[in-house]
Amino acid sequence: MKITQMAGRALPLRGDDLDTDRIMPARFLRAVTFEGLEKHLFEDDRAADPSHPFNDRRYSGATVLVVNRNFGCGSSREHAPQGIARAGFDAIVGESFSEIFSGNSVMLGMPCFTAARGDVERLQTLVEQSPDTVVSCDVESGLITAGPLRIHASLPAAARDSFLSGQWNPTTMLLDDFDAVRQVAEKLPHISGF
Amino acid sequence: MPTLFQKVWKAHAVRTLPSGQTQLFVGLHLVHEVTSPQAFDMLRQHGWKVAYPERTFATVDHIVPTSSLQRPFLDVTAEEMTAALERNCREQGIELYAPGAPGADRQGIVHVIGPELGLTQPGMTIACGDSHTSTHGALGAIAIGIGTSQVRDVLASQCLAMEPLKVRRIDINGRLRPGVYAKDVILTIIRRLGVNGGVGYAYEYGGSTVDAMTLDQRMTMCNMSIEGGARVGYVNPDETTFAYLKGRPFVPHGEAFDRAVAYWRSIASDAGANYDDRVVIDAATIEPTVTWGINPGQSVGISEPIADNADGEALTFMGFARGQKIAGTKIDVAFIGSCTNGRLSDIEEAARVVSGRRVAPHVKALVVPGSQAVSRAAEAKGLDQIFRTAGFEWRGAGCSMCLAMNPDRLEGRQVCASSSNRNFKGRQGSPNGRTLLMSPAMVAAAAIAGEVADVRQMLTPAQV
Ligand code: SF4
Repeated sequence: MKITQMAGRALPLRGDDLDTDRIMPARFLRAVTFEGLEKHLFEDDRAADPSHPFNDRRYSGATVLVVNRNFGCGSSREHAPQGIARAGFDAIVGESFSEIFSGNSVMLGMPCFTAARGDVERLQTLVEQSPDTVVSCDVESGLITAGPLRIHASLPAAARDSFLSGQWNPTTMLLDDFDAVRQVAEKLPHISGF
Repeated sequence: MPTLFQKVWKAHAVRTLPSGQTQLFVGLHLVHEVTSPQAFDMLRQHGWKVAYPERTFATVDHIVPTSSLQRPFLDVTAEEMTAALERNCREQGIELYAPGAPGADRQGIVHVIGPELGLTQPGMTIACGDSHTSTHGALGAIAIGIGTSQVRDVLASQCLAMEPLKVRRIDINGRLRPGVYAKDVILTIIRRLGVNGGVGYAYEYGGSTVDAMTLDQRMTMCNMSIEGGARVGYVNPDETTFAYLKGRPFVPHGEAFDRAVAYWRSIASDAGANYDDRVVIDAATIEPTVTWGINPGQSVGISEPIADNADGEALTFMGFARGQKIAGTKIDVAFIGSCTNGRLSDIEEAARVVSGRRVAPHVKALVVPGSQAVSRAAEAKGLDQIFRTAGFEWRGAGCSMCLAMNPDRLEGRQVCASSSNRNFKGRQGSPNGRTLLMSPAMVAAAAIAGEVADVRQMLTPAQV
């Protein structure tokens, strides 16, 4: 499936270094499926702060999450982006992301756009003032529009190309040429046994 | 002139994918109970088999109870997740080390047992559904933490789709001062370069300080690379590495070992290799270091005040003020363990501090060895008795209070002196719990004093 554009209302979530333990506390990893994770998104932060944006009804139904710097740092748990995707988000816009988090998100078909701090903050402010604003994200150009705002964002080249070509879920691609895999393996001393 | 990273990458590169990414062969895939069940399910849905079951090894660590490793576990979810992994491994022909199963004595934290068994070797690419996979880089491997969908990819194809990383060489030179450990070095590096300073990089650690380190110490450093944003951390293999590997169960013997050493030597970074960035740190400037905040970059030296520009949210959560010193902070819990500092030498360092002393009456203190082999080795040296006599609990192997997926967790606003790697809000199981990261010797000192204390004042001149 090609992923080219997404548009919807947004949820502004301010703060740097929001780690995966905050996004999805470890006790919710006690399960053999990802089902129902969306219910526990930011559960502890939401309990501690009644005005947390995820508690704010004005943002219910949002599909674009707007965050700040180093979002998703910490653990490799896919439970974090799974929870976000299962809560209905199909794109995240932020200043920067941890590599494992953004890589995991690509595998779920959820692009993580990066933009300059000032632009992200303007977008957050706009959405806080007018939660009904539709935010549109274009994968190819990286253009994000929201009311009067036009922001130039970007995706890692490989992520962008894989969304545009529909090959963001690479397993079949990795299995395409298995002879080549075997050849590489045979040449490796730790596989062939020195 | 290539670096180890570039040589290993090239040797494992299968082809360039249409996305521009590299299809990278994975030499060793390590699996644990928390990030794998969904991946095995996806495999089943597609009718795929594991491509290289003989290069895949599994253990249970995150959720296992450490008070008793008797099966079935009293914790129903822990039992269910362990049983699911047993089923998946049986179905796919994967070797599993779990309590109650054959090979149970090899169970432990995945990043402790890989090197311990000699599964981890120089020049390999290694993947595991866990961000601290970077630990294995201490042996000169390129070890990559991945998410569950990528676990599925590696199970199905033994490959990853990835872009190469840049390499930052970090030289640490000089002798560490007494009472200063690898943990203090890596906390200092993260503090200086930032928690996202390593995004896009592999960190190559070297210099005379690292050259003089044991493998356990190098593992502590590489383990926390990810806390600095670097997905990969490594040390070039050297004589210390080869001596560590010799005789371990999965390491070749006899002449094959000599051939292996020759190969391992050849994959180290060339003298004069080109690095994308370089950083030099003077070991003599590092002192025992403790985190005061809610990410591993927010730390101070034990004699320093918390900086004037320290982050307000973190200070409020932790209950600290700018200008305050960390020494003297009352603690409630002391935790020695984790894949950062749950190895034999860590437990030995802590035991030297604890020996002949008692845990402060208000402190709950526990030692959780990183693996069953570490437990056995420590018990053979009588270290368990030193800890028990002092008032510590001596537990079975697992992750335990590092992430509190088992019953070991903080309550309310408790403060924990911890030898683990993350001080994120809620990390140790209580949403308001507070974690102070430090070396195992410093945790031992805090357990005895009942508050954060300078371990250097507890070591006799003969000990330092
Ligand atoms: S000890 Fe902690 S950091 Fe290490 S693997 Fe276990 S949970 Fe993760």
